[in-house]
Amino acid sequence: MLGYVGKRLLQAVPVLIGVSILVFLLIHLIPGDPVLVMLQGSPNVTPEMIAEVRRNLGLDVPLAQQYWSYINRVIRGDLGTSIWTGQPVWREMQGQWLSTFELTVASMTTAVVLGVGLGTLAAVRRGTWVDSIVMGISQLGVSIPLFWSGLILIFVFSLTLGWLPATGVGGWQRLLLPTLALATNYSAVIVRMVRSSLLDVLNQDYIRTARAKGLAPRRVTLRHALRNALIPAITIVGLQFGNLLAGTVVIETVFSRQGLGRLAYTAILAKDFPIVQGVVLVLVLVYVLLNVVVDLSYGLLDPRIRYD
Amino acid sequence: MRRLLKSGGALFGLAILGTIVILALLAPWIARFDPIKQNPRQSSRPPSAEHFFGTDRFGRDVWARTVTGGQLSLRTGIVAVAVSMAIGFVPGLVAGYRGGWIDAVIGRLVDIMLAFPGILLSLAIVAALGPGLENVQLAIGISLSPTFVRLVRGAVMATKQNSYVEAARAIGCSDAVVLGRHILANILGPVTVITTVALGWAMLIATSLNFLGMGVHPPIPEWGADLALGRDHMRTAWWISAFPGFFIMFTILAINLVGDGLRDAIDPGLEIR
Repeated sequence: MLGYVGKRLLQAVPVLIGVSILVFLLIHLIPGDPVLVMLQGSPNVTPEMIAEVRRNLGLDVPLAQQYWSYINRVIRGDLGTSIWTGQPVWREMQGQWLSTFELTVASMTTAVVLGVGLGTLAAVRRGTWVDSIVMGISQLGVSIPLFWSGLILIFVFSLTLGWLPATGVGGWQRLLLPTLALATNYSAVIVRMVRSSLLDVLNQDYIRTARAKGLAPRRVTLRHALRNALIPAITIVGLQFGNLLAGTVVIETVFSRQGLGRLAYTAILAKDFPIVQGVVLVLVLVYVLLNVVVDLSYGLLDPRIRYD
Repeated sequence: MRRLLKSGGALFGLAILGTIVILALLAPWIARFDPIKQNPRQSSRPPSAEHFFGTDRFGRDVWARTVTGGQLSLRTGIVAVAVSMAIGFVPGLVAGYRGGWIDAVIGRLVDIMLAFPGILLSLAIVAALGPGLENVQLAIGISLSPTFVRLVRGAVMATKQNSYVEAARAIGCSDAVVLGRHILANILGPVTVITTVALGWAMLIATSLNFLGMGVHPPIPEWGADLALGRDHMRTAWWISAFPGFFIMFTILAINLVGDGLRDAIDPGLEIR
């Protein structure tokens, strides 16, 4: 098992190196002189100031050397310094990650509960009106942009009914609407996967045997079928977690909620590239590592899977 | 085509999509008002016989902006998908046909790009290139290209195992002939499906980037940007955001329904990511 964990982590290393190169190169995609672009709009830009920013960003040395010093800094946990606040990027992120973590965990939990529940219901009631309604809702769920579902929720529950606050951070009341907006979207994908995978499993011989033994239908579905149907669903949950992390950029902006997504958004508008690079790198790192964890979880759900 | 038309969902999707495309194409004739010209005296008027979708806070007709904005929103999606296909098609073809080290290198590059979840890669590229519609199209095109590489590669690998490909090689056909005449024709099905599905994704990302203010510049009408324009006035003038919002939602829904129908009709086992 431990060997497999090590092997799986090692497999993630080339991807992470590639990601770090892409993130590093972002600053070089900027048309023209990146330092001048970043300082655009700031008053009293002097040649000394330009030279200092260039030196701070390490742009005054050859490209390979720039990457080498960038990756060395990143490995030590130094993600650079914000152009505008002068604070280390990790400190800028420190005040934000908890809010994003809270939102993503709440959204993912809600999406999984909704997705597995409704997906199971649709599979068990295949071909009935229940199935049609669930699949219709899930089709709508994958088609509705996050910013639009967020605004509809604000309009209905905050502006019209006045039940919940529309913006800000703190307390479950402020967490509920952004969580629902994110979860609706991502549960829709989980519903489809759970339904199709459960339908496959329900046709297997061992399910027929369980039914022939006289087991209650609920027990057959929950104990025998669902557990086996969850493996493909878990893969989707892992992949969807990444989309959910990226979706926080939109949702935190719509709900004026502090967090890593909103930090990235404001940094993009302010052309504060070290922050953009830092947030993107951290989000991708979390996503890649989470998918390693998802891979490792298969064995817990299906004892036939061996870590050789 | 017959199998596609048998699917109720796909038919419904085609009907919605057809209506929206026709409305967008006919925009210059059916808009009735200039979508850009401001008219402060008509500011934030609710829907009426004169202004079907009401007016925004600058007094511009929301119907005119919505049907005109459809042209740009649809075009952005189509251009972005064309860019991603232009970037991803040939590497997918080469990786699938040649295999070996070329396939390994392209495969690793694809893995790296797919490690950026959802909207993140497009957002990062637009952040670097700067706001603007062309940059949004390019960014989405780049970020969706790995999906094309993977799919084309898989389709080519499956097709090249067929005996007619082996026969073509055996009679001395060159690689170009085998690829062009025998393989390309047989991967058109899955490529059509992925193109349709990717169009939905591209529109979702494009409208999101426009909503975040990274695409079109005001006063150009575009669904995502127009929706953002009305978000602070939802209590008093819900129609400014609502109509572009529903148009985005129904367009993406229609594209997804057609995509699902195409997949069921052409290649039910196709896995897309």
